[in-house]
Amino acid sequence: MEGKESEVVLIGTWASAFCKRVELALKLKGIPYEFVEEDLENKSELLLRNNPVHRKVPVLLHKGKAIPESLVILEYIDEYWTKAPRLLPDDPYQRAKIRFWANYHDEKIAQAITPIIFSEGKEREKVIEDFQQLLKVFEEGIERDFQGKSPFLHGGNLGFLDLVVGTYACNYQAFHDSIAVVFETEKNPQFFSWLMALKDHPRIKETLPPSDKLATKYKELFLPPYSKRIATIRERYLQSPKA
Amino acid sequence: MAEEVKLFGACGSPFSSRIQVALKLKGISYEYIEEDLTNKSPLLLKYNPIHKKIPVLLHNGKSIVESLVILEYIDETWKANPILPEDPYDRATARFWAKYIDEKCVAAAGKAFWAKEKEREKAVEEAWDCLKTLEGALKDKKFAGGETLGLVDIAANFIAFWLRSFQEIFGVELLTEEKFPDLFKWSEEYVEHPIIKEYLPSRDELIVFLNKRLQNLK
Repeated sequence: MEGKESEVVLIGTWASAFCKRVELALKLKGIPYEFVEEDLENKSELLLRNNPVHRKVPVLLHKGKAIPESLVILEYIDEYWTKAPRLLPDDPYQRAKIRFWANYHDEKIAQAITPIIFSEGKEREKVIEDFQQLLKVFEEGIERDFQGKSPFLHGGNLGFLDLVVGTYACNYQAFHDSIAVVFETEKNPQFFSWLMALKDHPRIKETLPPSDKLATKYKELFLPPYSKRIATIRERYLQSPKA
Repeated sequence: MAEEVKLFGACGSPFSSRIQVALKLKGISYEYIEEDLTNKSPLLLKYNPIHKKIPVLLHNGKSIVESLVILEYIDETWKANPILPEDPYDRATARFWAKYIDEKCVAAAGKAFWAKEKEREKAVEEAWDCLKTLEGALKDKKFAGGETLGLVDIAANFIAFWLRSFQEIFGVELLTEEKFPDLFKWSEEYVEHPIIKEYLPSRDELIVFLNKRLQNLK
């Protein structure tokens, strides 16, 4: 009989890709969980207690312990529930390459969305170009590092990079409808083709939020008037040194 | 098959030092290649085309980059003297703090040191916030693994040595005994650890390293 201690709770928001990737991992492994929707504008005591350092979602609660940071959570899920499907391969070199590109995606690509959101006109055009250049580096890097054996939908299964990239970039339509067009097949044909394939995968399809609902949310968040939280993020971006 | 292990590093770099510590802990023989960061070698650019940075580990021709990724690779490839604990939750905790050190603390310290006069106060406060968090983590025994060095201990080399050295050189007070007594005490003991000590640069080497960084920034 399973006690409360073995319950899995995910604190997150429906609109956050970083939370979706954890949900997808739990679903793939067949792990039952309770989802607690967080109001980021008015953070709960539950969140603040369980992620005092970053105060962000997602946070996984398992056996009374809290694990924040989506990439750390994904590795935890793969290491605790070792049953199939495995999210990471066994070979250390393959794992190292996947970790490298997951980091690149989160630290470079995902971060490059912020300048796009908060800029306009010529500046926005430039930062979109910068973004597409990062995607190009990603495309070429994956090609070189995996040499034809794409890590995406490997053997039809979803792996670590599918979760990381898919839950984020497959929301592109919502972003295009609300903020700006950034993923273009002419500019990044390979990346775009990965997105097309990922978007159609049944597990991704059932996990991602509906595009129009997400577009409305993006408009709410990223167009003025800004919430206090977003205004702070915007301020920090505007004050930071630009390349 | 003979193992061929090479490390591209730079004397004075905390990230490079981390890998040397890990390889020593595991008893792995390797060839060390010193990179001049103002004049990067074609080999470095070949093995780390994306970031063009050290450290780069080369193992039987396979290149692995990013110090935390390299540390995990080393731990998974050579099983003696594990750097990461066995328990999944402890592993997650170790990864969390190693990331925190690199993504927040190193960045915050760097900002404080290189900040222009008017931005300095704010940058210093942000760095203090990081150190305060680490002080708390130390109290909760989230790092300082005791006799054995783990992932977080190795990653924390920046805090214990480089941050303290830089604050003297730049004249910016960050990690002081008054403000962070436990962290300060930990840092004093840390730099005396025989394996850590072996891979710390001298003051002169650190100055050379900093000057090269300055050159690259211009």
